[in-house]
Amino acid sequence: MTMQTRLVEVRQLVLKHNDTVARALRARFQEAGVCVVSLVSSPGSGKTALLEATLRGLRTEFRVAALVGDLATENDAQRLARAEVPVRQITTGTVCHLEANMVEKALAGWSLPDLDFLFIENVGNLVCPATFDLGERLRLVLFSVTEGEDKPLKYPTIFHTADIAMITKIDLAEAVEFDRSAAHQSIQQVRPGMPILEVSSKRGDGMENWLALLRVLRS
Amino acid sequence: MHELSIAMSIVEVAAQEAAKYEAKTVGVHLQLGALAGVEKDALLSAWQLARVQTQLADAELIIEEIPATAFCNDCGCEREVVSPQLFHCATCGSPLTDLIRGRELEIFALEVDS
Repeated sequence: MTMQTRLVEVRQLVLKHNDTVARALRARFQEAGVCVVSLVSSPGSGKTALLEATLRGLRTEFRVAALVGDLATENDAQRLARAEVPVRQITTGTVCHLEANMVEKALAGWSLPDLDFLFIENVGNLVCPATFDLGERLRLVLFSVTEGEDKPLKYPTIFHTADIAMITKIDLAEAVEFDRSAAHQSIQQVRPGMPILEVSSKRGDGMENWLALLRVLRS
Repeated sequence: MHELSIAMSIVEVAAQEAAKYEAKTVGVHLQLGALAGVEKDALLSAWQLARVQTQLADAELIIEEIPATAFCNDCGCEREVVSPQLFHCATCGSPLTDLIRGRELEIFALEVDS
């Protein structure tokens, strides 16, 4: 008898483990009434600066906490600790993105019902985080005016997994001759209808809009 | 570069399925969406490393690429998008919003010897 090859149908999601954990997290967050927002961008776009300003802006009204992902160092957690809210660092080693089980592990010991907002800062990377659901309610993708107006065209996938786009360091726009309408057009080209915010975490431009959006999301 | 961890997940999930059949797995068929965030060529290279010394050591990875599609209100049906850089209807040019296909990362079949 000769060997024959047959095809058997399987239908299994490759990331079913991550998807299962993310789904469980989302259910836990919803049950606890905590609004979870994640931040993705390339390194140096200003995720930590935005987060610091956001935590300071919300902490008198809401109970807020943050998880920050990095390959190495605890620098971001230390920086965010200045906002005097609970912050934990997730050090991923060589892994270029956060996965749902890392978030789950980092939450150990935190009482979720005691939080109104939880922010998750992903590893600085516009490629890999696109593939991994973290159970968040809202995903924000940031890019700064110094990075070029065509960033969305170069990394369309991440824009497809995010809900809102934010252009950061808007205070530097003039100095780097940032073409605002070209940037908006790039975003609308890859993701028609995507809401866009423009912010300077340093100077405060646009922060009120961002905080107002978060308040609406929470209510 | 997360293709190696994706390739290792494929080995893991496919090996669990393969264990149900008392036969050698010679192929893994994968559907890969244009917006899954995974590069086909990088994944094929990573596969060569990920399969070593596993049940799937002799299995080839066969990738079917799935184009991104979305519902086009103007055409009234599902249409392919122009490209990930231009999320417009490839037929009428209208901007599209609701992605229908294109995020697939799914093992849909195994080829086994019998």
